[in-house]
Amino acid sequence: MSAHGKFRHEALKPRPRAAGAPGVRLKTSAMIASIAAEGQATRPAPFGHALAKLAETRPDIVGLTADLSKYTDLHVFAKAWPDRFYQMGMAEQLLMGAAAGFAREGFTPFATTYAVFASRRAYDFICMAIAEESLDVKIVCALPGLTTGYGPSHQATEDLAIFRGLPNMAVIDPCDALEIEQATVAIAERKGPVYMRLLRGNVPLVLDRYGYKFEFGKSKLLRDGPDALVISTGLMTMRALEAAERLDADRVRVGVLHVPTIKPLDVETIVAEARRGGRLVVVAENHTEVGGLGEAVAGALLRAGVAPKFRQIALPDAFLDAGALPTLHDRYGISTAAVVARIKAWL
Amino acid sequence: MTQDKDARRPNVSLAERARRIRRLAVRMGEVQGQGYVGQALGIADVLAVSYFHALRHRPDDPYWEGRDRFNLSIGHYAIALYAALIEAGIIPDEELETYGGDDSRLPMSGMAAYTPGMEITGGSLGQGLSVSVGMALALKRKGSGSRVFNLMSDGELDEGSTWEAAMSAAHHGLDNLVCIVDVNNQQADGPSTKMLGFEPLLPKWEAFGWYAQRVDGNDVGAVTEAFDRAMAHEGPRPRVVICDTRMCKGVPFLEARDITHFIRVEPDEWAKALAILEAAGPL
Repeated sequence: MSAHGKFRHEALKPRPRAAGAPGVRLKTSAMIASIAAEGQATRPAPFGHALAKLAETRPDIVGLTADLSKYTDLHVFAKAWPDRFYQMGMAEQLLMGAAAGFAREGFTPFATTYAVFASRRAYDFICMAIAEESLDVKIVCALPGLTTGYGPSHQATEDLAIFRGLPNMAVIDPCDALEIEQATVAIAERKGPVYMRLLRGNVPLVLDRYGYKFEFGKSKLLRDGPDALVISTGLMTMRALEAAERLDADRVRVGVLHVPTIKPLDVETIVAEARRGGRLVVVAENHTEVGGLGEAVAGALLRAGVAPKFRQIALPDAFLDAGALPTLHDRYGISTAAVVARIKAWL
Repeated sequence: MTQDKDARRPNVSLAERARRIRRLAVRMGEVQGQGYVGQALGIADVLAVSYFHALRHRPDDPYWEGRDRFNLSIGHYAIALYAALIEAGIIPDEELETYGGDDSRLPMSGMAAYTPGMEITGGSLGQGLSVSVGMALALKRKGSGSRVFNLMSDGELDEGSTWEAAMSAAHHGLDNLVCIVDVNNQQADGPSTKMLGFEPLLPKWEAFGWYAQRVDGNDVGAVTEAFDRAMAHEGPRPRVVICDTRMCKGVPFLEARDITHFIRVEPDEWAKALAILEAAGPL
């Protein structure tokens, strides 16, 4: 029952299809559906392959998971390095505690699960066993934000807010396969704990066209434009780039500043770009509007005395619906079409 | 009262070590006028056997790679572990005066970054055994012969994560892991068994795949034999020594008091408790 005393089903309007009726019915995507559009270039399991390769020169790296190796692409690492892979069972608190134990003994553990389970169920372990002493544990989590249609149990819509609040923890939200490959290496090199959001399976390849190179803690201007600046992270950078191309056809010139490192935030570049040219500033993220990149940027701009026209593209502060992912991305305003429409409306 | 020049002096009995640990804990309690002295007095015998019989460690090199790891999952037992670390010569005796003070290396709840010899940050109860599982796996991976000792309380048996870790340790055959459970039957809200029943404890740990023993945790001889059996056991199983202890052991007027989680000691009673412990030795 909802807070308003009504069951959710009272508001739902199921539309059974009459026998033989035409049309395609959108179904709930597989839990781990790829977010790649049809025909889009992709790379398979970029995290798993990057980690397996990195392990060739980094004997300190071990991989741990809580019954989700296949769904976090860690199975690629496990196959390449079976004796360096630890299956901890469906026990996320143990997963994080054990990862801390490995780090204490000089290893660099990569611990994988879904973002909901790391941020919600295992938080205290991540906080006290890992972050409090800045141990070298890399937490890599699939299903960030709204990337599954399975409903709130699997939709990690508030993970960035949770981990942003955690001292010592770095927070990364990569955009595509290329960035995941590069970030995997970069976070292994960085001392201290890292939380990285993961797109898994066949992951779109987008940033190769921009000569992109991930640098820890740096944001990158992928394209420039005088009318609006989209400051985006994670898969929303993909959407922002697509939206900018479509808007270009209507002579609306939109810049895109990609911010893969949410914490520590590249305040200098963000403030400089937001200050430049009096553009509309839109922050886009695959996360609730509470406590994510949008509020981080807003705070940074306010502290710097920069006050552009400011808008947020983010998920609402609500438990989201279940259903087909394309439907949900449209519904909550994070599909490319929705981004285009909203920027037009705000200009 | 000065510290032994050689804390490892072999001719000091374990019972005497326990008495001195109790004495040091009471002195720290007096510094703060409070503290988990009841637990410290209860666990002193187990710590004496741990630091002066079972553990391989070097007082002048607390981070020696070949040491056995002693993980204090119960952060609030720090007062007891500090006493053991002082008695073992890892922390200087005079530092006792700083217990719980500003900028002290001996905070009220144990944290690894603050104190030499404190291996983990405990305090959020139920985490230590999971960290210990990771350390035991890591030590095996390194080919190290070091062992991991995890000291936890009966209250931590309430935490689900304890049992995640218990299953995992058996699953991975962690014969280099020794878990010590202090059963003093006292939690914040009352007797542990009334908070969340955990008995029968011995068959429970056995059913989880551990080589389990249950002893009187205030009987130095019994604890020593149990640790020896745990070490000598050849099965590929983790070991648990369940130690039934008595809160405030060694100070009869406190033992007789209505025992609570956070024992109240009147300002004039510290000296009285200390005098009792002084008079009891050397053992």
